[in-house]
This record gives sequence, C-alpha cells and structure tokens, in this order.
Amino acid sequence: MQHLSIFPILIPLLFGAIMLLPPFSKDIASQRVCSVVGTLFLLVSSAVLLFEINISGVQVYALGGWQAPFGISLIADKVSSLLVLLTSFLAFSVILYAIGGKDKGGAYFHPLFMFQIMGINGAFLTGDIFNLFVFFEVLLIASYALLIHAGGKQKTQATLHYVILNLVGSSLFLFGLGILYGTLGTLNMADMAIKVGQLEGETATLAKTGALLLLVVFGLKAAMLPMHFWLPKTYASASAPVAALFAIMTKVGIYSIFRVYTVIFGENAGELANIATPWLWPLALLTIAIGSIGVLASPSLKVLSANLVIVSSGSLLACAAINSEAATSAALYYMVHSTLASAGLFLLADMMARQRGKAEDRFVHSRPFVQPRLLGFAFAISALALVGMPPLSGFVGKVMILQATQSSLQTMWVWPLILLGSLAALITFSRAGTTLFWRHNGSVAAEAEPAKKTEIMSVALLLLASPILVLFGGDITEFTQEAASYLHDIQSSAYALLPGVTP
Amino acid sequence: MEGIYAFCVGLLTACGIFLTLRGRSFSVVIGLTLLSYAVNLFLFASGRLKLNSAVVLGQSEQYSDPLPQALVLTAIVIGFAMTAFAVILAMRARADLGNDHVDGNLPAQPNEASNRSGGNQ
Repeated sequence: MQHLSIFPILIPLLFGAIMLLPPFSKDIASQRVCSVVGTLFLLVSSAVLLFEINISGVQVYALGGWQAPFGISLIADKVSSLLVLLTSFLAFSVILYAIGGKDKGGAYFHPLFMFQIMGINGAFLTGDIFNLFVFFEVLLIASYALLIHAGGKQKTQATLHYVILNLVGSSLFLFGLGILYGTLGTLNMADMAIKVGQLEGETATLAKTGALLLLVVFGLKAAMLPMHFWLPKTYASASAPVAALFAIMTKVGIYSIFRVYTVIFGENAGELANIATPWLWPLALLTIAIGSIGVLASPSLKVLSANLVIVSSGSLLACAAINSEAATSAALYYMVHSTLASAGLFLLADMMARQRGKAEDRFVHSRPFVQPRLLGFAFAISALALVGMPPLSGFVGKVMILQATQSSLQTMWVWPLILLGSLAALITFSRAGTTLFWRHNGSVAAEAEPAKKTEIMSVALLLLASPILVLFGGDITEFTQEAASYLHDIQSSAYALLPGVTP
Repeated sequence: MEGIYAFCVGLLTACGIFLTLRGRSFSVVIGLTLLSYAVNLFLFASGRLKLNSAVVLGQSEQYSDPLPQALVLTAIVIGFAMTAFAVILAMRARADLGNDHVDGNLPAQPNEASNRSGGNQ
C-alpha cells in the first residue's frame, strides 16, 4: 500500500488528538480502551510495513507530492521499519502496564504517550535532517510532560535538568543544521550524502564544525560520556511506564548517529570521511566504563536499570565507532534486545517496589513479596538477558558485537570493556537478587498490592521477546545484516532515493 | 553588514551561554531565550545575506533563498513553545522545591553578604 509508511506517524497523532476531545478527554476508562486499540493498530501497521519493505524494498514517501530533494520525504527502509516496529511493540506492552493504574497520577497521560510515540516513529522514518529536528522536538516536549507526570519533588528536579539540557541541545542542533545548510545547500539526507564529497578547503572545515556539533546533540540524547549525567536520575525518578518508554529514547540518538555518520559523513564524504570515528572511539569505551561503575554502585533496582541503559548505549556507540557492516548489524540486533530487556526491568522494578512496603526497590532488608515466585522468575529472566548469559538474546547480541571487531587493537579495547561490563552487571544482579528475594523479616507489608493481570501480561511480553529473539535469531540477524549493508552502500542509501540522480 | 551581523550573533550566543551556566532558574531561562534568538539569526544567515532581493521569483533582479526563512519560522515557533514550558516548569520548581536554584537546594554560602547577591554558583 502506498501510504503505509506514514501510518506509524498518523495513527498515534490521530488517536492522541481524539483523546483530547470530548467525550474521551475526561473519561480515563475510554482513554484506556482508545490507547490499547491505537497501539494495537500501530503494531499491526508497523508489522505490515516491515513485511512489505522486506519483500519490495525501500519505500520513499514524498510528503505533499514534492519530490526529493525539494520536499520532505519519509524513507521506510529496513533500518527504520525495524526500529518503528520495535517502538510500536514497546508502546503496546507499556500501555498494557500503564492501564493497570499508573496513568491516573495526572491528566492527559494517554495523549502525551501517543504524541511521544509519534515523535519517535517520525524521527526514525524521516529522510530530511530538519524534519529530524522537528520530530526530536515533538518527542521531547511530550517526554518533558510525561516525565513530570504525577508530580513530586524528585520528578520536578529531574525534569528541570532534563528540560534545560535538551533545550541547549536543540539550540546546538539548529546551529549545526544552519552550518550544514549554508555549506551544502540542502537538508535532504540522501542529497547531503552525495554533495558532501565535493566540499574542500574552508567550506569542508565549516561543514566539519556543523557535523561535530550534531554529534554533541546526538550524544546528549544517546547518553554518551560526558553528556550522560542526566540519565540515571531522570530515568530513576520517572514513573515506571514512562521510564520503560524512555528506554527507546537513547536509541533515537544512536540511530541518528548511525544515519548521519554512516550515510552522510561515511566512507564517501571526501575530505570529511568518517569524521566522527576518532571521537566516538574513546567516548564509547569510556561510556561503557562509567556505566559499569554506575552499575556496581547502584543502590536500587531503578538506578541499576538506568545505568544498564548507559552501558548498552556505550556498546552501541562502540559499534558505531567500529564502522563496518558487521558492527552495524550487531548494533541493530543489540538495540532491539537492550530496549526490550531494559524496559522490562523498569516495569519489573516498579512491580517489586509496590510489594515491599517502605523499602521500595532499594537493596535493603524488607518485608517479603506477595508474589515471590512470579517476581523471582521474571527477575531471573530479565537479569540473564541483561547480563548477556546464554541462552537469551543478550548473549547473542554481545557475541555479535565482539565478533565485529576488526583489528587486534580494536579487539584489545572492546573485548575487555564489554566483558567486564557484563561481569559488573552479573555481580550487581546476584547481589540485588539475594537481598531482594532472600533477606526478609516480618510479614507481608500492609500496603503491598499484588501485580494486576495486565501488568503481568505486559512484563511477560517484554521478557518473552528475549528468547524469541534467540529462537528466530537466524532470520533476524539475516535481516539486520541486509539492513546494515543497505546503510553502508551509498548507492542504495543515497542515490537510489533521489529520482534522476546518478553517481 | 556581515561583520556587524556576525558580531551580534556571537554576542547573543556568548550572553546566552553565560546565563545558562548560572545557578538560578530565571537567568537560565533568559539565557535559553537569548540562545534561541542567536540561533534564529544564525539560521537566517545560512541562506547568505543579500540586499534588495525578494524571496519571490520575478519581484527583484536577484532572489534570495526562501528555505532559511521557513526554517527560522519553524525554529521560532518551537523555541517559543519550549520557552513557555521552561518558564512554567521553573515556577513549578520554585513552588515544589522552595527555592529557585536549578539544583533544588541553595549551595552553602561562606557568609550572608554573598547570599544576598546570589546566583554565583
């Protein structure tokens, strides 16, 4: 179908807008139904999109009929449609959790959630770099409101930092875009990729400044050292469904890094070829290191999950630094795995926190759980997946990353850091599990509430994804391999998207 | 013209960065506003500065690039909304946290006098 590639943006927009209007605006029950139906539609349409892209190849959707490079075009290729499907699946699972009661803390949870999904899907699909900025702003303003949703001192403080940092980031983004437009004269990413090779001398230096400013912005979104300080506090203070949805937000930054520094400033960029690599190498490795230290030092389950997000960001940035097809393929697989697994852990942490009375999710002595077997089983799966133990998807993802290193120098740096990161996670998870499940006194807390059916379903969906990613590992890695070779081939990722332009 | 223009953008950016690094939420918001003004001027200049050239074909001998103007318009709208949000958030933080410091608690001051002048951290 011709219009299929815009559905992942239109569906959340329409459902979000409908929920702001009467009769839905005041009635939480009908909003919940609306949200579940909306995300289900989204899931189906993203799955159909992925299926069609897999059979018939890239779809270019020229908005308003304006041909690229003059109009804005949406590019549904293997990379973006995979990530759109990931977002839709995450959204569906998280909404299932939210309707258990986490959406009642304040007004408009569901519309804001939909608008954030729209921003994320738009950022993945767009083929125009200014449009990428606009979708970043859409997802950011929704995330600001979602983060402070239900209120509280901690949330206000975290939101204030998050908002100010991201507003400065947006300004830098625009500075970078201004420089790139001034030197290249275009904003269409495919067109930029073709034109950037012709730059030389002063204009090349200017464009390099712009490109590296963009790296700062994407690094801020992706929690790259030294712009990661906001993340643990922000994610730990957000309410559970919001934190779980935020698991995909760092991936938007990573995706933009892959898109911009592989396609535009990649091998074929002339004087500016691979400009991000010398920066990405040390920063990625340091991000893994600082994330692992954070993992070891985490005092509670939510902070632990947030620090694991930083470690996974670091691993993905290392893939971007290796800059090869195998590494990109590994990154895509690992991105799917780490998003779902960390989202699952955020939700699980909230379920546990509500059954432990005053101890919440901190690693201290507490009263016993109401549902120890269920939570223990879920915790074990989630820990195995995140540490990267066989037989779950974390293992496959990490092995793929380790295999992607090319020279012995790369191996010497990447292997120890990633393996030590896993060890840190293993130590922390075993310590956490021992305290959470075995160090109890007294009886069940009076305010403890057992997990609702929808909440269990949601966590089960996210955790089951991990074994499924392994069971269908062959097909999925084949797909990510094709997606990676598409991204690294300038013929397919740039020239083929512009009508009438040949190398 | 280019010199003055560049100087203005640079000055606005410098003031914006200085103010965003201050400790009080009010000066930070003003700093963000200045930064967004600087960005808008900068984006406008990315289409090159030209005199006597309209953005519509056939209205003047030369025409200038219309795209930066469209970009600036988008950036102004977004910047305006974000500033409004930041102002409301700063007020909420003032109410929730009891002071207007961005960290939510005032840094320990060596003496009362510097406390009154404020915002040095």
